[in-house]
Amino acid sequence: MMTLAQKLVARAADRSSVTPGEIVTCKVDLAMMHDSGGPRRVKPMLERLGAKVWDPSKVVVITDHYVPTYDDESRKIIRIARDWVREAGIDNFYDEQGICHVVLPERGHLRPGMFAVGGDSHSPTGGAFAAYMFGIGATEMLGVLVTGEIWLKVPHTIAMDFDGRLPPGVSAKDMMLFLIGRFGLDGGQYQAVEYRGAAIRALPMQERMTLCNMTAELGGQTGLIASDSVTQEFLNTKVETWESDPAAPLLGHHRFDASTLAPQVAAPHSPANSKAVDEFKHVKPGVAYIGACTGAKLVDLRMAAQVLQNKKSRMKLMVAPASARDVKAAEQEGTLKILQDAGAEFLGLGCGICAGYGGNVLGENVVAISTTARNFKGRMGAASSQVYLASPYTVAATAVAGHVCDPREMLQ
Amino acid sequence: MRTWVLGDNVDTDVITPGRYMKFGIEEIAKHCLEPVLPSFAKQVKPGDIVVAGRNFGAGSSREQAPAALKHLGIAALVAESFAGLFYRNSLNLGLPALVCPQARQIRDGEELRVDFDKAVLVNKAGKTYPFEPIPPHLLQMVHDGGLLAHLEKRLKCRTTS
Repeated sequence: MMTLAQKLVARAADRSSVTPGEIVTCKVDLAMMHDSGGPRRVKPMLERLGAKVWDPSKVVVITDHYVPTYDDESRKIIRIARDWVREAGIDNFYDEQGICHVVLPERGHLRPGMFAVGGDSHSPTGGAFAAYMFGIGATEMLGVLVTGEIWLKVPHTIAMDFDGRLPPGVSAKDMMLFLIGRFGLDGGQYQAVEYRGAAIRALPMQERMTLCNMTAELGGQTGLIASDSVTQEFLNTKVETWESDPAAPLLGHHRFDASTLAPQVAAPHSPANSKAVDEFKHVKPGVAYIGACTGAKLVDLRMAAQVLQNKKSRMKLMVAPASARDVKAAEQEGTLKILQDAGAEFLGLGCGICAGYGGNVLGENVVAISTTARNFKGRMGAASSQVYLASPYTVAATAVAGHVCDPREMLQ
Repeated sequence: MRTWVLGDNVDTDVITPGRYMKFGIEEIAKHCLEPVLPSFAKQVKPGDIVVAGRNFGAGSSREQAPAALKHLGIAALVAESFAGLFYRNSLNLGLPALVCPQARQIRDGEELRVDFDKAVLVNKAGKTYPFEPIPPHLLQMVHDGGLLAHLEKRLKCRTTS
């Protein structure tokens, strides 16, 4: 009897079974890097070792943190990435095509059953595809690039079971903010968190990605969802079913009813400060931001558009779409035009303001409501800025109302 | 050496703010913990110890967070618990991250010495705070000074043998 996490780790460790708590060495099927923690950090270390990448076909490099470039430093960082992929013989290079966590599965690099690492904390996004994927730092990435292996403490699994179905105007982001508010930033105990139940199975793939993505904020090593017909449809190829055995022992099993969940908002400076949207109606942000891997995919842009249709934003509304393909699809179906007509200002493809790396940041004392993953002090700019986290529905409704607003009032 | 005591959930955005990530570690280290302790980087001395509560290092995979602390000469990180990614990063850099259930009892400015053999922190009055030993499978790597040095040693052994 094994959980999905155990099955994935056992396969990668070439074992018939593994027990939570034991240390194993896993073979890595895929290593993803972005421009910030990737080539500019691993290249000098590889040179020092005189080592080469173990298998260039298993490495994917995506530029997202320092694009669009805006100064000498960012131009240098991107140039290193472009030069290095050529030197190292890495063909899987996506330059300014969007955010790594979104581009990776979109371009078909993830499959159920895989064991993958990413040089970014939001790498658990890959778990939405029933792949074991987690974030590592640059030196550990070097280790993977040289050896093709990584050690792992076999995780326990914490199951988050959502029965019922999300009501209109409530999304995966609300589920996640609710969970982080309930269990805290270390609720995941660096174990595997598995999302299950009828409400999860009803979620489209990009919503599942939002959920698994923010397993990072819940403190899990990875977030997992069993593969099913939704996975198959998204990947547009036949996939294996990877799921937990029903009787596999769990570290925790929590059940919720998705149909009673209200939109959630997290107050500064922690995603754990989340409460139902009604508690924040007095807050009047000056900026509404729709961006990031967890908040500006096609599914997110559609949520915002649903609210913003025939309406105008009363505040500065910025949109930084998560991928080139999503932008194209949003343009073709008219979603982009709705956002434009509402007064949205578009930023380039990439991580945008989310991590405060790029050319745009929040200024002193700015109050913002954002679809991003983290609102830690100073993350998106000035230490005095105040960031509220919410779903694309809620951010859009707030932009229209001029104060934090329950999107369900506007969707009726 | 003296301790610098922080709270719970001290995150990587606070340890090393994103806007400095484009620079090298010398520059990043100057801004270490700036949003919460603006004078830290100037006042910290080599050998000092940073002590935190729960979930130290929450957030990003940016290795510059423990690297900046190491660059400033921090001898060890002590916490009731660490965020998993930050914990791996610290040990990969050869910076001891010590899980100490009594970390909350340690006072800011307390002079502490790390006794790795006995797995305790000792203050001037002789009071000890036990910490969990570094996991056995990582001990050699930490001893070698981190993963890069460890790999260098392994690769050298391979070529000479």
